[in-house]
Amino acid sequence: MSTTPPVLELRNIDKSFGPIDVLHSISLKVQAGEVLCLLGDNGAGKSTLIKTLAGVHQPTSGQILMDGEETRFTGPRDASARGIATVHQFGGTFPLMSIGRSFFVGVEPTKGWGPFKRFDRKRANEIAVKAVQDFGITRIDDGDRLVGGLSGGERQSLAIARAVHFGARVLILDEPTAALGVKQAAHVLRIVNEAKRRGLAVVFITHQVMHAMAVGDHFAVLIRGAIAADFRKGERSREEITDLMAGGETMAGLEALSH
Amino acid sequence: MSRFLRRPEAGAILSLLAVLALFTLGGADLGNLLGAASWVNFAANLGIVAIPVGLLMIAGEMDISIGAMIPAGSMAVAVISGHYGLSIWLGMAGALGIGVALGLVNGILTVRTSVPSLIITLGTLVAMQGLILTGAKVLTGTASVELQSPDWARQVFGQLIGGSHQVIILWWIGLAAVFWFLLHQSRFGNWIYAMGGDKVSARNAGIPVQGLTIGLFVLSATSASFVGMCQAILFNSAQVSGGMGYIFNAIVAVVVGGVLLTGGFGSVLGIVFGTLTFAVVAQGIYFTQIDRNWSNLINGAMLLVAVAMNEAFRKRAMAPLRRK
Ligand SMILES: Nc1ncnc2c1ncn2[C@@H]1O[C@H](COP(=O)(O)OP(=O)(O)OP(=O)(O)O)[C@@H](O)[C@H]1O
Ligand SMILES: [Mg+2]
Repeated sequence: MSTTPPVLELRNIDKSFGPIDVLHSISLKVQAGEVLCLLGDNGAGKSTLIKTLAGVHQPTSGQILMDGEETRFTGPRDASARGIATVHQFGGTFPLMSIGRSFFVGVEPTKGWGPFKRFDRKRANEIAVKAVQDFGITRIDDGDRLVGGLSGGERQSLAIARAVHFGARVLILDEPTAALGVKQAAHVLRIVNEAKRRGLAVVFITHQVMHAMAVGDHFAVLIRGAIAADFRKGERSREEITDLMAGGETMAGLEALSH
Repeated sequence: MSRFLRRPEAGAILSLLAVLALFTLGGADLGNLLGAASWVNFAANLGIVAIPVGLLMIAGEMDISIGAMIPAGSMAVAVISGHYGLSIWLGMAGALGIGVALGLVNGILTVRTSVPSLIITLGTLVAMQGLILTGAKVLTGTASVELQSPDWARQVFGQLIGGSHQVIILWWIGLAAVFWFLLHQSRFGNWIYAMGGDKVSARNAGIPVQGLTIGLFVLSATSASFVGMCQAILFNSAQVSGGMGYIFNAIVAVVVGGVLLTGGFGSVLGIVFGTLTFAVVAQGIYFTQIDRNWSNLINGAMLLVAVAMNEAFRKRAMAPLRRK
């Protein structure tokens, strides 16, 4: 057990949309240098949970702690300014922009002075290409290429490299491997491991047991909005996790499993 | 070559070459055609409006109220400095001011409501036409207002260089350079592309989406009223009508110039070439044996081809590099 408080901690979080209760009394810790895998069937509430972590939703009740201190996020910008980065399934949303330009959207490096300040394309491209190459994606070497021309895995990697470059402490990945082939997915998993090695806390959602087991240190299974199981690497077999992820387990069945 | 084809202006440059080739086959003398003033004048008036309209389209918005802003700019300067005989400075301020005002209305309505800007500017287009007609009737009692501008104003905004080329051509070149800097060199350009790509993500990245949208609408409306103002100074009079053709023409020029209708992609150079191409088709046809009624057909067909080509260029630009 580490002595430093978790980067993010949820205590008894409930979330309802009007009359619909989606999350029930969720308590979870997200540690630096660890990958937390969120597992669960479709509609279990995984996306809702990470949107609450990323400031998109406000919890209906319960506490969010950052570095051990209670806090609240006023919106996604507030959360991202405080180091919580979310990478969506298709990694980056500007397919028609160049790698260098999209990497720096909103924080463009400039040169020159006054009204003649210019976007420093060369520097933007250099930094962006170097950031992705440092993650082992050496195939990206031209910052002028359009993001849309990259493969799905490369786009994910670019988005993750970008988040890390801008000082993210928590990286939230919502099904980053869902649309990818075997090789591409392996690629993204390597990047996830690299982010973890650099000390980021990673929250990773997936429907694939193999992917979860390849990178996860800590697993939480959501069933109908509640945490049905919470365990560390090696505490459950692959078959047990598969059963849990199928979500077909009744609570009684789960009890039986864990005893 | 493949790098060139990935650029947004590639289609427009190829279209221009194709049209010049077609017209040469149709009996035009290329030297005569290129030396003529008619199509360059036409291009300059259109081009000043087309660039900011194109920027708006890259940002994912549309402005058709420019059709009313051209007569609005003409009438404003003619009524203030012609009919009432006030200083030309006041007239010019009125013409540009009305552009800023309508741009603000368009922009604020667009960011405050969820109504598409095409519909909003359709509303302000019709409303502004009504305002010009009533204003002209109530204030001057006629639909055509005379204007005598001082020499310096004519020289700057309305002289014919060499007796044939409108001075607005120089304004077009200058403004194109400014817009080029804005879109391709400054960080605002990056924001415009990002807005056209995905507004929500752009906002989350810290881009002042609302302010920039309003600013772009102000630019397009003011550029249109500027063109109207220059026309009134050149022709010594202003009419309540006219300008509606600019809506169609500007959109064709912008799309032929490689701007995606869905936003997020395009270039100033492309829009300039799109405008040149459109102008050559519309005016250059007189230099050929081809019946001039064909020019609309050519421009319409060119629009459709351009839309299809833009889609293809976009796909090409997005195609992953082939692995060795
Ligand atoms: N804004 C909302 N308003 C009402 N209900 C919502 C809202 N967002 C999500 N829900 C409901 O909450 C439940 C959980 O949805 P969520 O998207 O979190 O599931 P998920 O675990 O991410 O599923 P998947 O694996 O399919 O992505 C669903 O029943 C969904 O209909
Ligand atoms: Mg989901």
